[in-house]
Amino acid sequence: MTTIYDRGAPGRRAVALPPLAQPEEQVLAGIPAELRRTGAPRLPAVSQPELVRHYTALSRMNYGVDTGFYPLGSCTMKHNPKLHEDLVRHPGLADLHPLLPAEECQGALALLWEMGECLKGVAGMPGITLQPAAGAHGELTGMLLIKKWLEDRGELGTRTKILLPDSAHGTNPASAAMVGFSVVSLPSDRRGLVDLTALRGALGPDVAGIMLTVPNTLGLFEEDILTITSLVHDAGGLCYFDGANLNAYVGRARPGDMGADVFHINLHKTFSTPHGGGGPGAGPVTVSEALLPYLPVPEVVREGEEFKLVWDRPKSIGRVHPYFGNVLVIAKALAYILTLGDDGLREVSAGAVLAANYLKAKLAGPYKLPYDRLAKHEFVLSGEGLDGVRTLDIAKRLMDYGFHPPTVYFPLIVREALMIEPTETEPRETLDAFAAAMLAIAREAREQPELLHDAPHTTPVRRLDEARAVREPRLKVDLGDRKARP
Amino acid sequence: MNPYLPHTAADIRAMLEAIGAPDVDALFSDIPAAVRDRYQPLGLPPHDELWVQRHLTALAERSTGRQLIPFLGGGLYDHYIPPVVGHILSRSELATAYTPYQPEVSQGTLTWMFEYQTMICELTGMEVANASMYDGATALAEAVLMAHRVTGGRRVLVPRSLHPRAREVLATYAWGADLTLHEVPYDEDGRLALGQIPDGACALIVQQPNALGVLEDLTGLKDRLGEAFLIAYANPIPLAVIEPPGSFGADVVVGEGQPLGNPLSFGGPLLGFFATRMTHLRRMPGRVSGQTRDVDGKTGYVMTFQTREQHIRREGATSNICTNSALCALAATVYLAAMGQEGLKRVALLSFERAHALATRIARVPGYRLAFGGPFFHEFVVRCADPVGAVAKLRRAGIAVLPPRVLAPLGIEDGFLVAVTEKRTQEELDRFMSALEGK
Repeated sequence: MTTIYDRGAPGRRAVALPPLAQPEEQVLAGIPAELRRTGAPRLPAVSQPELVRHYTALSRMNYGVDTGFYPLGSCTMKHNPKLHEDLVRHPGLADLHPLLPAEECQGALALLWEMGECLKGVAGMPGITLQPAAGAHGELTGMLLIKKWLEDRGELGTRTKILLPDSAHGTNPASAAMVGFSVVSLPSDRRGLVDLTALRGALGPDVAGIMLTVPNTLGLFEEDILTITSLVHDAGGLCYFDGANLNAYVGRARPGDMGADVFHINLHKTFSTPHGGGGPGAGPVTVSEALLPYLPVPEVVREGEEFKLVWDRPKSIGRVHPYFGNVLVIAKALAYILTLGDDGLREVSAGAVLAANYLKAKLAGPYKLPYDRLAKHEFVLSGEGLDGVRTLDIAKRLMDYGFHPPTVYFPLIVREALMIEPTETEPRETLDAFAAAMLAIAREAREQPELLHDAPHTTPVRRLDEARAVREPRLKVDLGDRKARP
Repeated sequence: MNPYLPHTAADIRAMLEAIGAPDVDALFSDIPAAVRDRYQPLGLPPHDELWVQRHLTALAERSTGRQLIPFLGGGLYDHYIPPVVGHILSRSELATAYTPYQPEVSQGTLTWMFEYQTMICELTGMEVANASMYDGATALAEAVLMAHRVTGGRRVLVPRSLHPRAREVLATYAWGADLTLHEVPYDEDGRLALGQIPDGACALIVQQPNALGVLEDLTGLKDRLGEAFLIAYANPIPLAVIEPPGSFGADVVVGEGQPLGNPLSFGGPLLGFFATRMTHLRRMPGRVSGQTRDVDGKTGYVMTFQTREQHIRREGATSNICTNSALCALAATVYLAAMGQEGLKRVALLSFERAHALATRIARVPGYRLAFGGPFFHEFVVRCADPVGAVAKLRRAGIAVLPPRVLAPLGIEDGFLVAVTEKRTQEELDRFMSALEGK
């Protein structure tokens, strides 16, 4: 692909800026010689039309939710309401500096407080921090909270293990490891759920807690959830819930009622904010009574019509974000909750689960369904049954049919996994068209497997050599001896 | 039916029939009844778009701080954002995509990431950059964790002149990873006063310019550190005209990328940038776009060196980060491309020139002086007998300066911090002076 460095010519510029008051050399001379930059950073030199054409061209080589169906499992690629994008451009949000005194930021603090109340309600839990900037950041925050709780109880040296079902999200073990916990993997049973016997065997005085993804990455609800959480609590541990899959039950069940002590919520999943090509997201964390004293500071507190920041939390883990979290993302998610209300939230999980089970019914048979149970918001197929082709081939061939592929090769406990999450915002016609494409691909796999092996055929580039990218790393534009102009 | 839900009653009936379920509630029978029965609604009715618009607008308008002329810094800066940046960001093919797991349909994202990595390397003088972190503070914390992974040391030398918020976040991460922070004082010029380096040090952090606004001289620091990392926490705008930390042997350069085309946003979302040396590539956190070829020999881009990452390495990963700050990194990319080398230099020098003009005028007012003799860039500390009174005086004239208490963690009780960007006009500088002089 052409990069922006391939465009333009020396001397071109895309923005007209004010002049300096003094000659440039004179201003530069004000910088001590030993600090002055000797070789300027090499940046593109493009006019505004070239700039706009380049990035418009790049956008046309991309596939987003606004382009089409994006059934990427565990990512909840639902529609991103357009109203929200306009609302957060208001200078009262976009141009507000977070270090201003609280009395100058009352509206922004009111917004954070309102969102905190909403999410505590969604979770059914009494405490919250909005600071985490993404789901994994929320996981890290949760692990820090558990560590602090252990320290406070004098159990830090003894409870060192975090139990992790093998159907949990991939970030979970990395988050636990970042705060020094060792990870013990729990096998799934034949149902695809946590194996209670294995859980009982793993629990003991050295266990800090469990990290559960509910529903799990097979898209299955942990039917024994109340047993699991009470077993962990009885053994003296805490229960972390990964909320990436909240879209499956929002508006009709709450982690607080299932025994959760920490729960993170991906606002860019369940609450509709755009994924941005990989962020920014937001990963607020709600907590049970036990963990309230350890939440990050400051807390936004309402006193009458005023909003205050409370710093006096001596047992707090401290800050996980330099300010208040991803406020603009939070504002979009709040707008979403306010638009939907209770009934709308209930419709979300209804629509998501309906769509997933509908697609599952259409695709099971031609595709192997390793765990044939009621699905929640997503389900996992295996490409194993199709001879001579791999799941990767199916994924690539879907692109030729105009669809974004599902998550592939995850969860690791299903061979050749295809993890499909349709979300509630897709019309039935789209689901039908996707199912038809999947069935056509299953036929092609038998009759013309080379169509799949060579796929995709219609994309801006075809299959890329990933091994080469590692063998001969090229991680930036080769500017060669291109000189920066003095 | 909510406006984002296309399923009609007929659709729902047909779908239930295909599933073989009697009703929607049957699809939730796997959630224990005890849990479902305990559910308490939020007590929220649905609202129309006009109501939601009014509600959010009213909240935005309630913050009085938005009407003030900002001379605010302290880590986030009010630079000009050319409208072209926002227009590119609203290309929804870019904004509504996710992580580019499937490169054939993500060449847009992967190409701009590759451009971004190039630009960050150019600015910092480093060899390789990742595709973004959440913000500068967590990028710094991740740099310290990486220094620990590479060197094995557990002591981190942290300047007192480090941005207090970055320090607080670092302290949280360090506690989590069982690392200890050792404070390095600053001298009377406001510059790093590095004494003896303790055993077991894994890194020294230097902020450029530091939280007092003073420019540090990085010469010779890396030689003194040996194997321990030199980590620079840098503001990207001054790097247009200041020798980058890479030239002084820095092992990692991180920083807050907000000044590059991203609004203040009440502190989020932000952009952490992270650059290092190729020798440390496999220890680096975060995503990286790399160039390769497709089966036809055509150039294309993929996410590469993924074996470092959590979805493959699980607990052995270099970090747990996955979703990062991609759209903010795109803003930085478009901003830097729009500015170019000359434009970025102009922004830096305008900020420098206007800050110095204002500082000179303030220092002439009796009772006010610059706190430090060291060279500064576009932010400086003013000392006076009554900083709270001075800031209040400015506030009455519609000018915002950060509350003096933000300097307390830096050991300054009798001063306030002033930042100037290219957006502040001559008239605004005059207004600042009139207010301070009480005219």
